[in-house]
Amino acid sequence: MELTWELVAFLGFAVMTLGSGLMVVTSSNLFHSVLFLMTSLFGVAGLFVLLVAPFLAAIQVLVYIGAIAVLMLFVIMLTRQVMSRPELYNQQMAGALVAAAILFLALLFVLTPLADEIGGDVAQVNAEVIAEADDAPDVDYITVEELGRAFVTRNGFVLPFEVTSILLTAAMIGAIVVAREDEA
Amino acid sequence: MEQLYIDLENYLGIGTDSVPEVVRLAIAVLVLGTIFLLAPILTIWVERKVAARFQNRIGPNRTGPYGLLQSFADVLKLIGKEQIMPAHADRIPFLFAPLLMVVSVIMITAVIPLMPNYIGADLSIGALYFVAIGSLSTIAVVMAGWGSNNKYALLGAFRTVAQLISYEIPLVFSLLVPVLFAGTMSMVGITQAQADLDYWYIFLAPASFLIFLFSNLAEIGRTPFDLLEAESELVAGYQIEYSAMPWGMFMLSEFLHAFLIGPLVAVLFLGGWDGPFAEDVPVLGVVYLVIKSMAVYFLGMWMRATLPRFRIDQLMEFNWKFLVPLSIANLLIASFLWELFPEPAGGGLVDNFPRFIVMGGSSLFTLMVGLEFLRRKSVEDRERIARLIDEKNYPLATADQTGVAGD
Repeated sequence: MELTWELVAFLGFAVMTLGSGLMVVTSSNLFHSVLFLMTSLFGVAGLFVLLVAPFLAAIQVLVYIGAIAVLMLFVIMLTRQVMSRPELYNQQMAGALVAAAILFLALLFVLTPLADEIGGDVAQVNAEVIAEADDAPDVDYITVEELGRAFVTRNGFVLPFEVTSILLTAAMIGAIVVAREDEA
Repeated sequence: MEQLYIDLENYLGIGTDSVPEVVRLAIAVLVLGTIFLLAPILTIWVERKVAARFQNRIGPNRTGPYGLLQSFADVLKLIGKEQIMPAHADRIPFLFAPLLMVVSVIMITAVIPLMPNYIGADLSIGALYFVAIGSLSTIAVVMAGWGSNNKYALLGAFRTVAQLISYEIPLVFSLLVPVLFAGTMSMVGITQAQADLDYWYIFLAPASFLIFLFSNLAEIGRTPFDLLEAESELVAGYQIEYSAMPWGMFMLSEFLHAFLIGPLVAVLFLGGWDGPFAEDVPVLGVVYLVIKSMAVYFLGMWMRATLPRFRIDQLMEFNWKFLVPLSIANLLIASFLWELFPEPAGGGLVDNFPRFIVMGGSSLFTLMVGLEFLRRKSVEDRERIARLIDEKNYPLATADQTGVAGD
């Protein structure tokens, strides 16, 4: 395989994503885990950039790093005795291992057959995609506009989009109602 | 970026084809980045002088002519100092935080169009990129607060997360208005759209301009939004354990970020490099951009030098009960009117006068309505506190401490 700058960048981002992903689960300090999670998500954003999907990359940074991971930091900070370190060390390794094993088995025996059923041979699809990409090396950058149109046209995703919005709004209002103290 | 390098080469007399593209880009990035990194040395001097004049002082005047060399002396002092790390500090977050802070700020410079054809990277998602990168500084502050092993630092970090996340919402909503007008998220596109129209978006959406400016000031955490540092309450917040150059890096990124608000606001609302003859003589574009940026920067310095710090509940209420509803209303009104009055093909200020009256007027009107609500609320608050003091015979000093002023 020819060593191009794209390949070097890809390898860098892949190592960043997988390596820090590994550190997320092996590090016993909760705060460090979140920091590694951020690094891992940043690596994924880098991969999106290499795939000529800058919008996805920016959203990845904004939503996953800027919002979700920061929310996790927030949660850690709101736990009791955040200043005393022992609280932050995870002592439930056995339980975590069992949960991870169950999740892995679920992925293996439920989702993989499902994916086969829906998407056909993944390897073949990938090969086709790569072949097409080779034919059209200059991918357009206008995907944001198309994405926006797809959200609001009747033949696009307007119904799922609206349903998701209502669901999220309901969840948000519900969270506020649950968290709110009674004003006597 | 390419253009910058090609011009550099022509200036230095090197052949264009002799170097690989990656090296060319690296050199251009280095030049651009260094220029922006060195800018704060001068803007700190400007800021000190202006703040001094606002407060009836003279400011630095001993080192060099007009005290111009004061910042250089400070930088030398910082470099010469010893780095101290507190006992039981979390090493890696502690050392990495200042670096991440500077990186998160310097990355913004990539999407600022300096003059026609001169931009670090003309991303199709420039505006979104700015917002996404801005969220990285939150993490840096949290890392610093956490790593320091100091409760004041951690308290500062708590406040920061709450403040920065909250103020991101009006920031994005007010940013969407120029994006909507231009029909693109590219910074070059937004500037070009304003240059083609011969008028700037500030005339169409003055309220969004102000909201964007305020929420940006809150994002950097300068007075009156400096609750993350709050010298009198938290000593220095997340920076408390830092010394020497790591501390200097926090300072640098704060001043650089404050300075960068200028070009950002200028690009989004004041037409960027747009001005007389800017398209023919590109260098003029930089001059216009700097003039506009400094005007915006001056507004920031003005507020910094005159306003006292918000209380934390005021800070949150100002955001959630004033800026957020106002920015959403502004976005809705702006998009409605933009559809109602179809786009004319340029024509400048005079031909579009009715348009300015309707759009700018409605924008200002919503701002006025919002301000009126804010005024009534504050009067109500003060009356309630006064009543409580009367009824329960509180001494004045404890009224605030019992939290009655807050909720």
